[in-house]
Amino acid sequence: MKSIPLAYSVRNLWTRKLTTALTAGGMALVVFVFAAVLMLDAGLRQAMVSTGQPDNVIVTRRSAGSEVQSGVERPQAALVESQSEVVAASKETVVLIAQPKRDSGTVSNVTVRGLSPQGIALRPQVRLAAGRMFRPASTEVVVGRSIAQRFAGTGVGERLRFGARDWLVVGVFDAGGSAFDSEIWGDVDQMMQSFRRQAYSSVIARLADPGAFDALKRRLESDPRLTVDVKRERQFYEEQSAALSGFISILGLTLSVIFSIGAMIGAMITMYAAVAGRTGEIGALRALGFRRRAILAAFLAEAFALAALGWALGLGAASLMQLVHISTMNWQSFGELAFSFTLTPKIVLQSLVFAAAMGFAGGVLPALRAARLSIVDALRAA
Amino acid sequence: MQFLKLIVRNTLRHKLRTGLTVLGLLIAVLSFGLLQTVVGAWYAGANAAAPDRLVTRNAISLVFPMPLHYREKVRAVPGVKRVGAANWFGGIYQDPRKFFPQFAVDAAQYFEMYPEYRFAEEEKRAFLRDRRGAVVGRKLAETYGFKVGDTLPLRGTIFPGDWSFTVRAIYDGAETRTDTSQMFFHWDYLNETMKRRVPRRADQVGVFVVQIADPARSAEISQAIDAQFRNSAAETLTETEKAFQLGFVAMTEAIVVGIRIVSFVVVFIILAVMANTMAMTARERLSEYATLKALGFAPGYVAALVLGESLAIAAAGGLAGIACTFPVAAWFGTQTGTLFPVLEVSQATVAMQLGAALAVGVAAAVLPGRRAARVRIVEGLRAIG
Amino acid sequence: MSRRVSPPLIEVRGVSKSYRRGGQVVPVLHDLSFDVQRGDFLGLMGPSGSGKSTLLNLLAGIDKPDSGAILVDGVDITGLPESDLADWRAAAVGFVFQFYNLMPVLTAFENVELPLTLTPLSRRERREHVSAALRLVGLADRAEHYPSELSGGQQQRVAIARALVTDPKLIVADEPTGDLDRQSAAEVLSLLEQLNHEFGKTIVMVTHDRRAADHAHAIKYLDKGELSEGADLLERSVR
Repeated sequence: MKSIPLAYSVRNLWTRKLTTALTAGGMALVVFVFAAVLMLDAGLRQAMVSTGQPDNVIVTRRSAGSEVQSGVERPQAALVESQSEVVAASKETVVLIAQPKRDSGTVSNVTVRGLSPQGIALRPQVRLAAGRMFRPASTEVVVGRSIAQRFAGTGVGERLRFGARDWLVVGVFDAGGSAFDSEIWGDVDQMMQSFRRQAYSSVIARLADPGAFDALKRRLESDPRLTVDVKRERQFYEEQSAALSGFISILGLTLSVIFSIGAMIGAMITMYAAVAGRTGEIGALRALGFRRRAILAAFLAEAFALAALGWALGLGAASLMQLVHISTMNWQSFGELAFSFTLTPKIVLQSLVFAAAMGFAGGVLPALRAARLSIVDALRAA
Repeated sequence: MQFLKLIVRNTLRHKLRTGLTVLGLLIAVLSFGLLQTVVGAWYAGANAAAPDRLVTRNAISLVFPMPLHYREKVRAVPGVKRVGAANWFGGIYQDPRKFFPQFAVDAAQYFEMYPEYRFAEEEKRAFLRDRRGAVVGRKLAETYGFKVGDTLPLRGTIFPGDWSFTVRAIYDGAETRTDTSQMFFHWDYLNETMKRRVPRRADQVGVFVVQIADPARSAEISQAIDAQFRNSAAETLTETEKAFQLGFVAMTEAIVVGIRIVSFVVVFIILAVMANTMAMTARERLSEYATLKALGFAPGYVAALVLGESLAIAAAGGLAGIACTFPVAAWFGTQTGTLFPVLEVSQATVAMQLGAALAVGVAAAVLPGRRAARVRIVEGLRAIG
Repeated sequence: MSRRVSPPLIEVRGVSKSYRRGGQVVPVLHDLSFDVQRGDFLGLMGPSGSGKSTLLNLLAGIDKPDSGAILVDGVDITGLPESDLADWRAAAVGFVFQFYNLMPVLTAFENVELPLTLTPLSRRERREHVSAALRLVGLADRAEHYPSELSGGQQQRVAIARALVTDPKLIVADEPTGDLDRQSAAEVLSLLEQLNHEFGKTIVMVTHDRRAADHAHAIKYLDKGELSEGADLLERSVR
């Protein structure tokens, strides 16, 4: 098919700058919302996925939705530790404490984890960023990077008060953007005593051979002495974010679709006006020998060019959101979770397709109208 | 009036364009209203709070319980009328997605403190008599088809094991903003069962709900209650019910803020569309405006024509969007079931929708109106649309 | 001197055309038959609404008659499907419109090049043809200007360059001087004459301007759908 030069479509956008700016601007806003939502979800998932190690296993009480809700009695924990597949294990206690935030003073729940040196070893992604690690059997604690930033009283050298004791903050750790960045860590026995707990919350274990997981799971879950769930750490944390992730995705995508209708209407109005204003040109092009298809393609190209402009602007703005950090309560674990907007190549592609769909939906009807004009009518109306 | 006639006829000149613009505005106003309503739902708990109720919890966090014997001590604090224990049960009904709030409460006291939960007298008595009885709200009953006499099985998460209750009463809310998506059962039954299953976890209370005689003294009484337990194993934090509910909202503040921001983004989207429409329309009619000025009409008249047309379109789209908000919010409420127990389109929301539509109508007309008013007659007459 | 050595370029046979206007059927052309010889410069005149533009549209293949046949260089264009007609137009006809109908967003060069993009010519070949055409109409130095930067007469000359760049057999012009001042109109008309005289292009021109018609060799009058002969101005062609 012999097509009308692309320059014709693109330059026509340049001629009416205000209209192009407004229409592309509307589309850009929609692309921004769409991409931002996807980025938020990706950031949430990344925080959760990077929390779990591929060869770690987490044991909680059966049906417990989170470690906070879970209780693993001491004998049960000992039994898990003694399994042959387990090469290292950490018995841990997890609670939430209500702490005020630095800037607003509003109170939020912070996850506190009591663990042993083995537990620290089971999280190789965690590195010290400031100060030092807490000493076992002391009332020292270390805080995750996100907690140190957001919550009052969590700087190195400061004291936190909970469980009727003072806890000295001796270090800040960096957990690579995972959920641990939003936790406070201390000695498990001290914490159990302080909270008057008899049962652990969970047992984290590393298997000698990750492939032995299924056998271990079957054995532990069918053992009448135990009422536990055994999951791979990755899967456990993925499930932790499922509700929040689902909410963000559904709400965000619903909104994007609704907004896109608005932007699409804007594109349609613009393209209808473009066709109406150029009927003479359309007639001339047809008279010269360009087919209807070429006319259709030229106006669709114009609509796509508008959408591409909107996509570039919207995605550019969305990528700036990577500088923003979100901290909110994760509904399942009830504790504060920090994550950020993450831009992935997949999102870049998805938003491009989305923008193209908007361009097509907005431009197809006007382009069809342009293509359907009879030459005589087009020339006469000019 | 000739002015109005001109405006109306002008909007009808380009039916397709006007129609599309009105549709765009409708969708935008509708989205805006829906989002604000969803944000409102977040605050439903806080809005339904009564000024004469306080909530006492463990000072560390909600995750830690308080000993049962605190109940009598709280009751003894001057100014306290009633005290009831309440534990968040958090069980699973069939599958985790079928979520609804479940509380074990001191039934005799609790429902006296919550007069907005309305019962049929015989049903209430039947519940009080049955230790394993349960009370469900009207919205919850409708969502899952619970009827009086049905068995309600729950799988415990915090309180392990399988539990089974019998629905004895269904309560209605006194007002539309009362939460009727909740289920209640007897605290004593919870405690008895835990004594058998996990004895060391018995006699532990999640929160105490406290009713006071004089709401004006809430701060004073709260501190008096907390003073009772200072330096003990479980220190307490007492606050008004409203503050307690707002605490939850604050924890998901980021989401609420995000939704609010997005609801304003939609207004900007539609502003772009509307401004585009008005700019195009005004540009095409430049020769007509020039003609009017040549005939002797003032520049202000011409600008007013543009503004009038813009406002007419904005009003049409805005009113249509507002009208659609109510049925769509109702539909959304049935779809989300117990996730948003109260989804009401408030007057404030409608006012904001109207304001947004009018603001868009005005803003979109500013530049085109100015251009129309300022067009030089000679130039305008020469321009061919 | 007889020009009738070769068959006519255009043969119109019993052509009728009516339009539907608001539910009513308005007959415009009725059983028209005539020939246009190769190398003719024909002027079509008549009162407004007489159907001269309609006839021109039929000859150029941008409209179809209700009945009858039109043969151009032996090809019955009334029988061609739309897509073939488009290809035929691209090769066989050049258009000159009253309001020029140039693409405002393309330069003079690009406007003239437009019909060539429908051919398999390479970019370099296209450039040569366009330059030649622009030189012919005297606008080689304005190649990079946009229509908005050119006067009415210059725009029409660009349109003429566009009309002949594919070397068509037939050039149709619908009121080519209708929107021009006297000076520009004279330039355009003498250009058309040059195309007819030097390059042997067959030209059919619709006009209501007597002065424009003077440049044509023959004039036909169209009134109420009927064609009648005007004064044969063959002698005037020798200049």
